[in-house]
Amino acid sequence: MIEARGLARTFTGRRGTVEAVRGVDLSVALGEIVGFLGPNGAGKSTTLRMLTTLLAPTAGSATVAGRDLRTDPGGVRRRIGYVAQGGGTDPSVPAGEELELQARLYGVADPAARIRELARRLELDGEGLLARPSAAMSGGQRRRLDVALGLVHRPPLVFLDEPTTGLDPQSRGHLWEHIRRLRDRDGTTVFLTTHYLDEADALCDRVLIIDRGRIVAEGSPAELKRRVAGDVVTVELAGSGAPLEQVALRARTALAGHSAVREATVLEGALRLTVDDGDRSLMSLIRALDEAGVELAALRMARPTLDDVFLTVTGRSLRDSASAAA
Amino acid sequence: MRSKVGVVFGLTQPLLYLVLFGPLLSRVGGVQGAGGGNTWRAFVPGILVQLALFGAGFVGFGLIADLRSGVVERLRVTPVSRLALLLGRVLCDTLMLVVQAVLLLAAGVLLGLRAPLWGIVAGLVFVALLALSIASLSYVLAMMTRVEDAFAPLLSTVTLPLMLLSGIILPMSMAPGWLDAVSRFTPFRYVVDAARAAFRGDFSSSAMLEGAAVTVVLVVASVALGTHRFRKENT
Repeated sequence: MIEARGLARTFTGRRGTVEAVRGVDLSVALGEIVGFLGPNGAGKSTTLRMLTTLLAPTAGSATVAGRDLRTDPGGVRRRIGYVAQGGGTDPSVPAGEELELQARLYGVADPAARIRELARRLELDGEGLLARPSAAMSGGQRRRLDVALGLVHRPPLVFLDEPTTGLDPQSRGHLWEHIRRLRDRDGTTVFLTTHYLDEADALCDRVLIIDRGRIVAEGSPAELKRRVAGDVVTVELAGSGAPLEQVALRARTALAGHSAVREATVLEGALRLTVDDGDRSLMSLIRALDEAGVELAALRMARPTLDDVFLTVTGRSLRDSASAAA
Repeated sequence: MRSKVGVVFGLTQPLLYLVLFGPLLSRVGGVQGAGGGNTWRAFVPGILVQLALFGAGFVGFGLIADLRSGVVERLRVTPVSRLALLLGRVLCDTLMLVVQAVLLLAAGVLLGLRAPLWGIVAGLVFVALLALSIASLSYVLAMMTRVEDAFAPLLSTVTLPLMLLSGIILPMSMAPGWLDAVSRFTPFRYVVDAARAAFRGDFSSSAMLEGAAVTVVLVVASVALGTHRFRKENT
């Protein structure tokens, strides 16, 4: 459904040029739900805006839904649906009128029937709901309206830009259900961006991790997690008197020769270890630290998450990079 | 078109000029003779152009709201032609302005405007085409500035000199040489003069021809610029 080669975009502003996306190659197959995961400012939205014809790439080429992005943007537009990050409804216009306009813009054959069908599927058929302007809707309802607008013309490929950002947990889970059903029932291919690991994990068949404008890893959530071999042990250090960084470095030295430790990273007063067979090696780790005179505040062990994958691939935590960019 | 209140409020300012300023002009107007005996014939076209300048000039604010809510982006992903994206808005604005202009003309007639019907219709066509150009340009400026805080001061900086130099209130024929020369560089002057000629029923005058030529160029240029901007629009 999508074949992109070397897609890049540079923004030239007053403060010099910014390479938002630096050569992205990606392929998305029919009927897949693919998640584009990365921190804010990694280039997710820019890539999405290029693939949806909103932004001309400065380099590279792509075929989207069987049409060439550069030579046939109109053809791409007819075959894709796009739901922007902040939605795209006029807060004062009744939802039903927005859907009607959208249906007419795409030349949908029987707009009234299509709107009824969409409203039923996306649970927008509540009493008088479509007569309400989006300003008078709940966050979840507004988001479902945005999705409905993107689906009016039954596109085989839908782009969702951070579909669940700002939704409460219940509405999120709800929207995930709808997105899964899109694929299962209609065979729609879904390409979405997210900076939530649990979302990528729960929803996506395949995840592309993007960082600083480049794709740094790709695979199914399970595959990616397997790449982070072993379990993650986080050792929180208690620095009685001594600065934590020193304690952390001492701890790392103490564990350097340990056979189960594959990798050790110092993270603000804590030591993050990637460990083979964590259940068994935990005791000997503690002993080694104890012998080196390192005081522990807490000890945690976890199976790897996509956050760990991100950390392994980029050397930074997804949460940290997200807050740094914000 | 959603707000009928907007149509009425947009009319207040030109209507106030008409009622509270127009009568003054008819006292001094005889001296200048610009209206060919009926000063309303000179004054009303000016007020109509002012209506177009300010009424259509402000439409960009609506686009900024739509840019922010994501409506513009949603429309740009649809296969609709970029020209249609612009014209849909611009024609709606123009229609609204023509309705206002007709109401204003009716008020003018009540106050004493007498002009040949064809002249009035021709004048309206000029005003409609002018509004169409100004609305397109307003959208271009709105897309360039993107925020109200920057758009509003830019708009007033552009519209006020254009209004004064076009001789909307008093004909530029009264101006001293240098002012007259400067005003020749602003397109609206020719449109005002042409509308005045039309109201006098003076269809073969050079003012009429110049005005028509300037208007056509203005429409083509502003719509081309607007469409280009809708195509390129990004960030």
